[in-house]
Amino acid sequence: MRTSILATGFSCVAFVAAAETPVLTVYAGDYFTSEWGPGPAIESGFEAFCGCDLQFSTGDLLPRLLLEGDRTKADVVIGLTTDVLARARATGFFAPHGQDLSALTLPVAWPDDTFLPFNWGHTAFVYDTTRMDAPPATLEAMRSLPEAVKVVIQDPRTSISGLALVLWVKAVYGDQAGAFWADLAPHILTVTKDWSESYGLFTAGEADMVLSYTTSPAYHMFAENDLTKKAAIFPEGHYFMAETVGKIAATDQPELADAFMKWVLTPDFQKMIPVANWSLPSALPLADWPEGWAALPMPDKVLFLSEGEAEALRVEAVEEWRAALSQ
Amino acid sequence: MARGAVAVMGAGVAALVAALVLVPLAAVGLRAGAWPALLPGDVQTLWFTLWQAVVSALLSCLLAVPVARALARRRFRGRGALITLMGAPFLLPVIVAVMGLIAVFGRSGLVNGLLSGVGLAPVSIYGAQGVVLAHVFLNLPLAVRMVLQGWQSIPAERFRLADSLGFAPAQVARHLEWPMLRAVLPGAFAVILVVCLTSFAVALTLGGGPKATTVELAIYQAVRFDYDLGRAAMLSGMQFGLCALIAVLAWRAVTPTSFGAGLGRGRLVQARGAGPLVADILAIGLAAAFLLLPLGAIVLRGLPGLAEVPAAVWAAAGRSVTVALVSTGVTVAAALVLALQVAQGGRGAGLMDAVALLPLATSGLVLGTGLFLLVQPWAAPSDLALPVTVAVNVALSLPFVYRLLLPEARVLLADYGRLSESLGLHGAAWLRLVAVPRLARPLGFGAGLVAALSMGDLGVIALFASDQTATLPLVVQRLMAGYRMETAAAAALVLVAISFTLFWAFDAWGRWYAGT
Repeated sequence: MRTSILATGFSCVAFVAAAETPVLTVYAGDYFTSEWGPGPAIESGFEAFCGCDLQFSTGDLLPRLLLEGDRTKADVVIGLTTDVLARARATGFFAPHGQDLSALTLPVAWPDDTFLPFNWGHTAFVYDTTRMDAPPATLEAMRSLPEAVKVVIQDPRTSISGLALVLWVKAVYGDQAGAFWADLAPHILTVTKDWSESYGLFTAGEADMVLSYTTSPAYHMFAENDLTKKAAIFPEGHYFMAETVGKIAATDQPELADAFMKWVLTPDFQKMIPVANWSLPSALPLADWPEGWAALPMPDKVLFLSEGEAEALRVEAVEEWRAALSQ
Repeated sequence: MARGAVAVMGAGVAALVAALVLVPLAAVGLRAGAWPALLPGDVQTLWFTLWQAVVSALLSCLLAVPVARALARRRFRGRGALITLMGAPFLLPVIVAVMGLIAVFGRSGLVNGLLSGVGLAPVSIYGAQGVVLAHVFLNLPLAVRMVLQGWQSIPAERFRLADSLGFAPAQVARHLEWPMLRAVLPGAFAVILVVCLTSFAVALTLGGGPKATTVELAIYQAVRFDYDLGRAAMLSGMQFGLCALIAVLAWRAVTPTSFGAGLGRGRLVQARGAGPLVADILAIGLAAAFLLLPLGAIVLRGLPGLAEVPAAVWAAAGRSVTVALVSTGVTVAAALVLALQVAQGGRGAGLMDAVALLPLATSGLVLGTGLFLLVQPWAAPSDLALPVTVAVNVALSLPFVYRLLLPEARVLLADYGRLSESLGLHGAAWLRLVAVPRLARPLGFGAGLVAALSMGDLGVIALFASDQTATLPLVVQRLMAGYRMETAAAAALVLVAISFTLFWAFDAWGRWYAGT
């Protein structure tokens, strides 16, 4: 009986039928390919001209590549963020992209020959104007918030936005980062394992501010027609984050992979990014952004740690955060 | 001869379970290579993990006693439904449960609304107290059910005898209830302790910060963020050691009871007097409010988005139900074989008992990663996402079903073993005529548990899933990641409703079958 039950279990595996058209396998983050992420638009957009079948395979990107090693089925990996690029590069799995970078419109220089940025944004504290009429004007002011103000953040040990936050604070405060955390600690309502839980707490009215992105208000504005969510913009600067695309060196579809990488920097792809991904396009002049996007409040100063700097500071910055919040 | 066959099956199942747990762990350890050193904060992590688990388990068990006693000795309209409903929190996916608790105990929740209404200072759910509160919320139902089953395992004839002998409540407690509690509580305590030891989402969301880091969270970080398999293997080794120690201690504390055989049915004699009545009403009322209000909040949050639940949610729900049903079949069969074999005693029973509890100590993430490493040379892990999820579900829920079955299996063999032997009842006939009817209650409850827990599992699928294999909890998470909080709440409600229906169907079968 046990065998028959097991057999039933195994028969629910979906076997992919042998495809006649060439398949480009793209590894993407878990959120990416659902109908609420940018995946479906990217898939249909590329398949419209590539004469191929683009198949997303979702999961943790870097852990999965390392687990699979040489046996990986990936041709292209999409969604590696700037702060993990050093570790991704060190795997040696990626090939140079060979693309012309002149179309990039990032606020920072991007000399990278392996990873192509397809979007960008900054970390920011988002608040609700109906609950907070005087948001802090500077990052420094976060250290002396009124007693009742509570902030919810993400854990830098499990979340990419949480890691960006500790690097942001490190970039602004350097050796004094620990002191910043000690001052902010009484205002930290809680720390969640990833962004979505934090944001859920914020929208449920539990926290006054949430660590998120400068583009988060855009979702509420354009998808919900809700103008009450705003990002607090600080003169000290905001931490830059981009998500990238990389080509696997051992791919068996090098031409398709190259075509995909090339397409990422075209307006065709870039125009989808704001509304499908709720982030900023990496290679699209401001004039071509969707209506209303160029008017989003953005910081004047952008803080960016190169991947080497970020990797060198990562362990120390996380440990300062942990030590200060464990008191 | 039949007994020999059962013994072989028991040993086979035990060997399979041990392999399912230990081989992936070894695969992770081997792949890791070097054994890493402890990091700063690891000792604090270990200490917090242990502390919160002990407090949560103690409170859950202590609170369960008056509630279970009240439910055992009172009969009222809707009692069956209340017992089933009060079991629900244990079945909730953690993230949904946390949202429900926050709606009641959070900063802008019901309780703080009432407190500020009467001018009292607010209470905070964030911090160590919140972790304990959430763990009691999630595990009190399990403790209540385990203790309630203990009460129901005392034959009604014994209570009637005590009544006719004019026993005072204290004497009933001493001669009937205390020996039963002595047998049931250590097991319940150990199971809940281990559940809390391996929990991490609760601690992370409600703990308030890195002070509330648990070992399982550190494992999550090592596997999914740092890809440090050596550290993952070391931490899960630590967790394993802790849990194994607790299992051994609990095993020693368990003393088998025997009240002898009864007719196996009949109403309990109710406790007389106003004092016990008031105590029982309070116990049931408070427990019901504590357990049901957050459930109500989950329903309220989910309803607005329910009309526009996208098709992907229903597809994922279908997949989750399939996974849950397959997991349930395999787990219940395995647990029944193990429980019957261990209850028979004899050589190897102690070892098999330890093996049956072994999966509790393991981390689902490490198990999943190990299986990933093992299948990867032969197949694409994403093609095996659902079978691997079934395997992990079976491993992780086996100890619960086994724990529920074991005491009843002991009683069954002690009370009916000789009779069955003298009637020559063996094998399938014995299962059908004696074992399944006698064990129907825990079997149904256990099957319901596995089905619901398998519905809500998220740990492993995230490592493997593709779009075609996304389960319902994963879809809830994806909705949240896409800012669709309202739709996510609705999908979570669908998840809870299905989990609960599955649980209810199995549990009701068990109680119906036992009652006929």
